[in-house]
Amino acid sequence: MSTFLIRRFLWLIPVLFVVATITFFLMHAAPGGPWDRDTTARQVDAKTQKLLSEYYGLDKPILMQFTSYVFGGKNSKGQFVCGAVCGNLGISYRMKGLTIQHYLFAPPEDKPFWYSKFGYSLRLGVYALLFAIVVGIPAGIIAALKQNTWIDYLSLFIVTIGISVPNFVIALLLILIFASGLGWVSIVPNSWDQVDVWILPAVVLGFGTMARTARMTRASMLEVVRQDYVRTARSKGLAERVVVIRHMIKNALIPVVTILGPALAGLVTGSFIIESIFGFPGMGRAYVTAIGQRDYSMIMGTTLVYALLVALANLSVDIMYGFLDPRIRLTD
Amino acid sequence: MADLLNVQGLETQFRTREGIVHAVNGVSFSLKEGETLGIVGESGCGKSVTVMSMLRLIPMPPGKVTAGTAMYQGKDLLKMSNEEMRQVRGAQIAMIFQDPMTSFNPVLTIGRQVAEPLETHMGMSRKQAYARVAEMLSLVGIPNAKERLNDYPHQFSGGMRQRVMIAMALTCNPQILIADEPTTALDVTIQAQIVDLVKRLRDELGMAIIWITHDLGIVAGLAERVNVMYAGYVIETAQVKPLYANPQHPYTIGLLGSLPRVDQRERRRLISIEGLPPVLYQKPTLCPFAPRCVYKVERCMQENPPLMQVGPDHFAACWVDTATGRMRA
Ligand SMILES: Nc1ncnc2c1ncn2[C@@H]1O[C@H](COP(=O)(O)OP(=O)(O)O)[C@@H](O)[C@H]1O
Ligand SMILES: [Mg+2]
Repeated sequence: MSTFLIRRFLWLIPVLFVVATITFFLMHAAPGGPWDRDTTARQVDAKTQKLLSEYYGLDKPILMQFTSYVFGGKNSKGQFVCGAVCGNLGISYRMKGLTIQHYLFAPPEDKPFWYSKFGYSLRLGVYALLFAIVVGIPAGIIAALKQNTWIDYLSLFIVTIGISVPNFVIALLLILIFASGLGWVSIVPNSWDQVDVWILPAVVLGFGTMARTARMTRASMLEVVRQDYVRTARSKGLAERVVVIRHMIKNALIPVVTILGPALAGLVTGSFIIESIFGFPGMGRAYVTAIGQRDYSMIMGTTLVYALLVALANLSVDIMYGFLDPRIRLTD
Repeated sequence: MADLLNVQGLETQFRTREGIVHAVNGVSFSLKEGETLGIVGESGCGKSVTVMSMLRLIPMPPGKVTAGTAMYQGKDLLKMSNEEMRQVRGAQIAMIFQDPMTSFNPVLTIGRQVAEPLETHMGMSRKQAYARVAEMLSLVGIPNAKERLNDYPHQFSGGMRQRVMIAMALTCNPQILIADEPTTALDVTIQAQIVDLVKRLRDELGMAIIWITHDLGIVAGLAERVNVMYAGYVIETAQVKPLYANPQHPYTIGLLGSLPRVDQRERRRLISIEGLPPVLYQKPTLCPFAPRCVYKVERCMQENPPLMQVGPDHFAACWVDTATGRMRA
């Protein structure tokens, strides 16, 4: 088990390196740069651009920029600054003097950590995931136990919507119904400390995952229902409730756990759109904004944080899998 | 001795896309206390469905028991409430299954699974139950039983798993043990061990047994009475000795012909029956075995023969007296 963990942690290094490489060169290959303004705005003059480029090291060869971002290099004053390997994600091109790690992880003054951009996104992601699991798994179980009844068909209908309709469309629909139409929730909150304003973003973000979880749980339950060991359990005279809870559900959930890894990645990518639609003060919106502004270090830093997050999520799924299924031994 | 179990006219059907499968067609038999009954027939002849219908373990839908009674201790198993049925299952009539690999829940420990009948029917605590489980596992020959309670099914070999299955079925001292091809998935030496184990336990505990198999060889040494099944019908039934010495139905003759015998001096060629048992989508108007039968006459194609007495306590469903070639009725 511990060798398994060590190995998996060591694997994070090449994964993150590859992510960093691809992102870095793609980002620089994309047209435009951090000093471009849209044509109606006041332009940055050539001299200032040159000074800025020197300050940020943009005048150096691209490979050198890459190594100094990842491993470290000399800054404009000639001092050595350690790079991303030391957790130093660079200085923002837009927010003067602000490091990316500070921008993402530091909460506003006298607020706890979860008021940081990262904290906000993490909370939203956790709520979305909770919604997906707490609704999706029971829905799948009930649909399977009531196979081919109206309950099953209703859940199939919702699942189909959740899987096939993009989340920004669902977002707009739900806003239309619950905010504009019924007026139950506000979508222009005065403060994100209100509880009700979290509901729509979390539900929309978790909707696709909820649908996939429900579908997977249903299929997996239907598979389990036919298993010999369920018949054995009945032949022992166990109550139906015990047969379902003790003998079916745990077995049915094993394959469901495997989709949680990809689901987390889905929550991350979903958050870019959802946070932008709801004006949510999180990392996803910061990321989208940074891309538009070609804020190179912000793009790099945020990507690396996301990559680490998804990798860790997949790792915990694998560990969880080992706990659920005794046939799987976590070795090499 | 009085009948412990009496099944009359049992009929079970499955609704499938291809039509209604008549899996069991009016099966009757009885079982006395402590008696061992063998049910024999090729795969697909309705052996499993017969016994699972009695315990109401067939999936419904698509399955349905359409007729019959199964009287056990003055009550009809087919009509009792679900709650009463549950109190019979595992406590009074227990079952072991063919595949010891898939018949255990892979994510629960052996101790947990074997303890379940005790907790359910005897109201034992987990701790009491585990102590009894350890005893039972030693009884069926699991070495170091106590240490193995927390092991999972995949940590046991096939033969050991089948032993555990037997222990699990017998924890509550049932009156009837139904064994549905418990040795089919095992290799031959292990088969013999399991059969010996069941014989020993029968002598110690005195339960009646219904032993399903497609191997007449196993039944010969184990059962007192044999039902031969074909296409959902019992086509021959007799005590073991007369059945083996003097089989009457061509199907039984064929099954015995495909069995190697040690008591035969000259080496006889093993005969096998050509073809496969049918799946019946209608009640047959001919003898369901006729298409494969070497003795068939015209009558066989016109009318399905009922069970007819052919000897003392010996019944067969065949128009032809296979010994003389004469018609029976
Ligand atoms: N769940 C089911 N759905 C449809 N047909 C079934 C089902 N279970 C059994 N049958 C049919 O019932 C017949 C008898 O099966 P079974 O009792 O399992 O045979 P065996 O004698 O090998 O135990 C077979 O023709 C089989 O196709
Ligand atoms: Mg069978």
